[in-house]
Amino acid sequence: MTVLTPESAQQAIQKVKSGDVIMVGGFGLIGSPLTLIDALTKHDVSDLTVISNNVGEAGRGLGILLRQGKLKKAIGSYFTSNREVAQWYNKGKLSLQLLPQGTLSEAIRAGGAGIGGFYTKTAVGTDLAKGKETKEIDGETYVFEKALKADVALIRAWKADTKGNLVYYKTARNFNPMMATAAKYVIAEVDEIVEEGELSPEEIVTPHLFVDEVIKSRLILTKEGVVERE
Amino acid sequence: MNKKEIIAKRAAEELKPYSIINLGIGIPTLVANYLDKDKYYLHTENGMLGVTSVKEDDIDPLLVNAGKLPVGEAVGASYFHSADSFAMIRGGHVDVAILGALQVDSDGLVANYAIPGKDIIGVGGAMDLLVGAKQIIVTTNHVSKDGSPKLIDKCTYPITSTRKVDVIITDMAVFKWKEGGFELTELVGDTSLKEVEENTTLSYRISKRLLQKESS
Repeated sequence: MTVLTPESAQQAIQKVKSGDVIMVGGFGLIGSPLTLIDALTKHDVSDLTVISNNVGEAGRGLGILLRQGKLKKAIGSYFTSNREVAQWYNKGKLSLQLLPQGTLSEAIRAGGAGIGGFYTKTAVGTDLAKGKETKEIDGETYVFEKALKADVALIRAWKADTKGNLVYYKTARNFNPMMATAAKYVIAEVDEIVEEGELSPEEIVTPHLFVDEVIKSRLILTKEGVVERE
Repeated sequence: MNKKEIIAKRAAEELKPYSIINLGIGIPTLVANYLDKDKYYLHTENGMLGVTSVKEDDIDPLLVNAGKLPVGEAVGASYFHSADSFAMIRGGHVDVAILGALQVDSDGLVANYAIPGKDIIGVGGAMDLLVGAKQIIVTTNHVSKDGSPKLIDKCTYPITSTRKVDVIITDMAVFKWKEGGFELTELVGDTSLKEVEENTTLSYRISKRLLQKESS
C-alpha cells in the first residue's frame, strides 16, 4: 500500500483535534516541520500539549502557536530559546514539564517501543528529579522516567518514497525518527517524494509502517531564514 | 589572545588524541580551534559524530552543533537521532565533556543550568553529559561579571548533577580533583597564588610543584 499524500498541509493537519498531545520534531527550527506548523497556526484547535525540544523561537515555528494561545502544556528540554515561554508560564497560561534532553529523547523512544518507562542516572539528586521515584541498581541510584506518547506526530524528513519510508538530512534528523514511532498518527513533511524502490533498503531510517501521511514541504529553512519554496 | 581563548587553548592541551569529545556552548566551543582536526572526534548531542569547522561559503543551515552554530562534516562523520546520541552520552561512550559553569564548589559539584529567582526553563543536555562522560572538564571565567567568585565553597544555584567534575580551567588557574579534593596545579599567565586565593572561596590545596616554585 502507498502512503497518503494529501494535496495540502491544511488537509493533513485536520487530524489534530483540541486537547490532543502532539509531538513536533526539530532542534530549534532545524529539522522542524515548518509547513505543518504553519498549517496548525491556521487550524482552529486549542488546549494542545506539545512535546518538542523547544517551543520554537519568539513568534517563529511553534512560537506562533504559543502566541495564539493554542498551547496548554509544553514538554521539552530547552525553552530558553523562546523568551515568551517564561512569560506565558508566569501568567499561569502555560504549564511546563522540563526534562533533560537525553531523558526527553529516550522517553519518546520508549513510548514508541512499548516500554512504560525507564530508570536513568540523569538528574538524580537535582531539582528535576524531585518527587520522582528512585531505585538502587547495582549500587547506583537511578530515577524513574515515564515514557511519552502522542496523538499526532508532525515530523520533518528529507525524502520519502511512495510507501512512506523516510530518510533524513544531516542534523535535521534529531528528534524526528523517535517521534515517528511514538504517536497514533504520523504526518511527515519532506523535500522530495520518490517512487518506491528508489531509496535503498539500507539507507531507510524510518520504515513505512510508522508513517501515515506524507506532504511536500513548502516552507524551508535556508541561510536567509524561513522561506517559501519556489 | 583574550581570556576566553586562553582558557580554550589550555583545555585543548588536556585532551588525548583520538578521544571522543563533546563541547558545550560558549568557551567550550572555542576549544575546537586549538585541536588538530584529524586527531579528535567531536560529538554533538543534536546527532553527529565528526564535527569540524566550516567556511562561510559552505554553511548549510541544516548542519549545526548543539549551540545551533553552523559546523562542517569531517571525513568519517556520522549522523544519528537524539535518542542514540544520548545513549552514547549516558552509556559512557563519550570520553570527555567540556562544559561551562555558573558555579563550582568544594565538593566538585557544578551548577550550570539555572539561576534562582529566574525561571528554570532550559537544561538541554547538561545533566546527561555530567552523568555519562568519562571525564568532565569545566571551562569558565574565574570570577563572574560583578567580580564575585564562581569557584565557591557550596553551590547556591541548583546543581546540575551529583557527579564531581575532574578539571576546572579558568583564566587564572587550573584545578584538578585528586584524592577527595581540588588541587591547584597551575597558574595561568602571570597570575599569583595570592590572586587566586583572593578570588576563590572553593577549598583547594596547592600542588607541591607550585609550592616549590613559589619558594625558589
